[in-house]
Amino acid sequence: MKYNDIILQTVTKFISFLIFLFAVYIFFNGHQEPGGGFIGGLMTSAALVLLLLAFDMETVRRALPIDYKIMTAIGLVFAVGTGVGSFFFSAPFLSQTFGYFHFPVLGELELTTTLAFDLGVYLVVIGTAMTIIQTIGEDN
Amino acid sequence: MFTILHLAIIAPFLAAVLVPLLYKFIPRIHTGWFVLIVPIILFSYFLSYLPDVSGTGSVMKTFEWIPSLGVNYIAYVDGLGLLFALLITGIGALVVLYSIYYLDKHKEQLNNFYTYLLLFMGAMLGLTLSDNLIVLYTFWEITSISSFLLISYWYTKEKSRYGALKSLLITVMGGFALLVGFVLIASVTGTYSIRGILDASDQLADSPLFLPAMLLILLGAFTKSAQFPFHIWLPDAMEAPTPVSAYLHSATMVKAGIYLVARMTPLFAVSAYWFWLVTGFGLLTLIWGSLSAIRQTDLKGILAYSTVSQLGMILSMLGAGAAALHYDSVDNNAYTMAVAAAIFHLINHATYKGSLFMMVGAIDHETGTRDIRRLGGLMTLMPISFTIAVIGSFSMAGLPPFNGFLSKEMFFMSMVEIAHFPQYSVDSIGILLPIVAWTASVFTFVYCMMLVFRTFTGKIQKEKLPTKPHEAPFGMLLSPLILVALVVFIGFFPNTLVPTIIEPAMASIMPELAQTGSFGVDIYFWHGFTPELFMTVGVVLLGTAIFLALQKWNKMHAVFPENRLFNQAYNRSLEGLDRSSHALMSWHMTGLVRDYFIYIFSFTVVLLLFSLFGTGAFTIDVENMVPVSPYEAVLSLVLVGSSLILMFTRSRLKAVIALGVLGYTVALFFVLFRAPDLALTQLTIETVSVTLFLLCFYHFPQIFDALKETKFHAVNFVISVTVGLTVTLIGLSASGTRLFPAISDYFLENSYKEAGGNNVVNVILVDFRGFDTLLEILVLGIASLGVYSLIKLRLAGGENK
Repeated sequence: MKYNDIILQTVTKFISFLIFLFAVYIFFNGHQEPGGGFIGGLMTSAALVLLLLAFDMETVRRALPIDYKIMTAIGLVFAVGTGVGSFFFSAPFLSQTFGYFHFPVLGELELTTTLAFDLGVYLVVIGTAMTIIQTIGEDN
Repeated sequence: MFTILHLAIIAPFLAAVLVPLLYKFIPRIHTGWFVLIVPIILFSYFLSYLPDVSGTGSVMKTFEWIPSLGVNYIAYVDGLGLLFALLITGIGALVVLYSIYYLDKHKEQLNNFYTYLLLFMGAMLGLTLSDNLIVLYTFWEITSISSFLLISYWYTKEKSRYGALKSLLITVMGGFALLVGFVLIASVTGTYSIRGILDASDQLADSPLFLPAMLLILLGAFTKSAQFPFHIWLPDAMEAPTPVSAYLHSATMVKAGIYLVARMTPLFAVSAYWFWLVTGFGLLTLIWGSLSAIRQTDLKGILAYSTVSQLGMILSMLGAGAAALHYDSVDNNAYTMAVAAAIFHLINHATYKGSLFMMVGAIDHETGTRDIRRLGGLMTLMPISFTIAVIGSFSMAGLPPFNGFLSKEMFFMSMVEIAHFPQYSVDSIGILLPIVAWTASVFTFVYCMMLVFRTFTGKIQKEKLPTKPHEAPFGMLLSPLILVALVVFIGFFPNTLVPTIIEPAMASIMPELAQTGSFGVDIYFWHGFTPELFMTVGVVLLGTAIFLALQKWNKMHAVFPENRLFNQAYNRSLEGLDRSSHALMSWHMTGLVRDYFIYIFSFTVVLLLFSLFGTGAFTIDVENMVPVSPYEAVLSLVLVGSSLILMFTRSRLKAVIALGVLGYTVALFFVLFRAPDLALTQLTIETVSVTLFLLCFYHFPQIFDALKETKFHAVNFVISVTVGLTVTLIGLSASGTRLFPAISDYFLENSYKEAGGNNVVNVILVDFRGFDTLLEILVLGIASLGVYSLIKLRLAGGENK
């Protein structure tokens, strides 16, 4: 029996981008308002899962040729890297700092080292969720 | 400060990192040539310490590794440590040189070999030049591990793997005993520093832990030095490439046990147990090893048992030397001679046994066999190897003018001397000591003769040899030639070693005696017509007679079957261990998740309820509770309802949906309690996990149909109800008890000030408790890899079928 997914597929094409954008917004906003790497990562995974549901695994893989295991590893490198980075400033492991900077177009912005750490969390969460879902999904 | 001495000790480890790179990128040059540089430089470097340790001198360099925890890396060089450092680097250099010709650069995995070898070299240096017992123990285990790796170097051979595992199990068992012994000592003296412990030796002697600590440390030393009945691993270790046998299993690693006994002598020598155990097991091993050696037909087997036997001999001398510590000064203290003999023989053994191993390796390499029943008549074909064999074996047999004769005489002398020791009831059975020593020496003589004459004289049996024999390449003979040159040199000028190495090493073993004056060691050939001389003459006469008798008696091996008693005990206990652990595991590891949940939940409930009521922590304080709002009441009802549906539904899809309802309701609770972060997370998690469940269920069998017949399990019911009750009780009790002020105030106050963030939850996650998050995402990553490999591996396994 062949399912007719035309509505789901059409909607998904728009919705998944919106979810993805919202996930990125939530990720960057995390330090001041609800959000952060963990939620952002989960939401991105949700967008990807939606794509997987609407289309088949092969299509998604051709569109986004990402090895999620490696993404997990890169995320861990980011997280550990921010920890080790503090050694270069004679600070204990995982010390974080922040400052306010002026940018030409964007105006005054706060930049923190936790963002790099959070990026690591973000990548690990996506990597883990997608590795598991993809592996189980592929297994026939 | 980090000094050159520290660098020298860890240099082999650093070099080990480079070996695979050199092997990969410069394949045209044999990797051994690069490795050779390391021991040569280290040897010359350690030679420069000779003046520093002369007399009672020592050098101590401290590097503050983790000063905040008081963990220091203390390198300590005294006579004993330097002796071993020179042996390790000196023999190491010769072995590396030899291995360049022994191991073919095209056929062998040189990167593995030299990495393991350097690992061993570094560990051995660290072991002998350390002042801290824990550091010593760590390096001790690294030598066991590198020995395991080197024995199993030809890992495709069944025998190599068996031998490697055997040596690892036995030496690591001893290693654990050693660790416990060290901890016992430290608990009495309050320090792990060897210097500090020797200063506090009186304190230890009065402690009830003295004897247990001593026995445990001796167990460690005996297993490492292959003493009876733990010697069984050494013959099987001969499956290693010959350079490894020459290096680890005759010259250095097996002497780590001797090093330890020597190091601990000032601590334990006051005890009669020490004297009898070390001397007794040493002599027993000496005679057992030499008797086993003459039964061997494999040249390396002979050498292995001979090493066992000679190690026993060195230990027995150290044990006898303990008697010297009962006197206050070196004057008229004849027992110090036993210690001198032990050290002297340790050096001699390294020289002649190293050369013999290398000679046997050359024969194996050129003829293709090591079986003395197939060898013979090689004298004219391999004249240089023959010369090496004659000098090495005659020295081992104790014949003049080689160094082995001198130390054998000293051995006899100290055994005769110790028989008159007035304490420890030596006078009753003490006469046995020289008799055992003498008998063992006769058999030593016999196997030494077998080694030379069965291999090199007689008729050559070319049809039995796999290849056409010819002399080994010069590079392969260079190292053994250097060693036999040392055998002869030490034989004629033994006293060059006395002030430089032997007396400083004696000073480390007998530090208090060394303060009272020089040991006055003088080694020479002719002592006059003393008992020792007659013993040597007797050994030669009787030994020759036995050898000639055995020569004609070809069925000797049938008459003296090899004693497999201890090997059988080892194999049986290994099998028993295997069987019983298998039985234990299959008893409780049923493979059913349901059973595992029962274990987990029962233990959780028992532990939690016990600590809740056992410590009187249970309180319910209703006063501070907020009244339940209508929203919360409705949500709670939905929660309960959906979980009931989840339990009783027979449709898989319904179950997944009910689970989703559960999760979203919890998210709504978070909204009610004004936790937007949690609510968001819960919502997305629920979405993703429902998908995951759908995927998983796709693969499940139709278990829901089977559920119709499932009976009611009273035990499971009780457990699940108790779990629910326990969690509820703990929740109520926790909200009613407040022992400490909440930490949330601190976070609220400092979140923006310290971390520049207004979202407290996120600041906690990435900053205040960032370490937790780091480890959590690490666990996440590991879990995903676990799922991946489980599923992929199962697929691969299925394809194989």
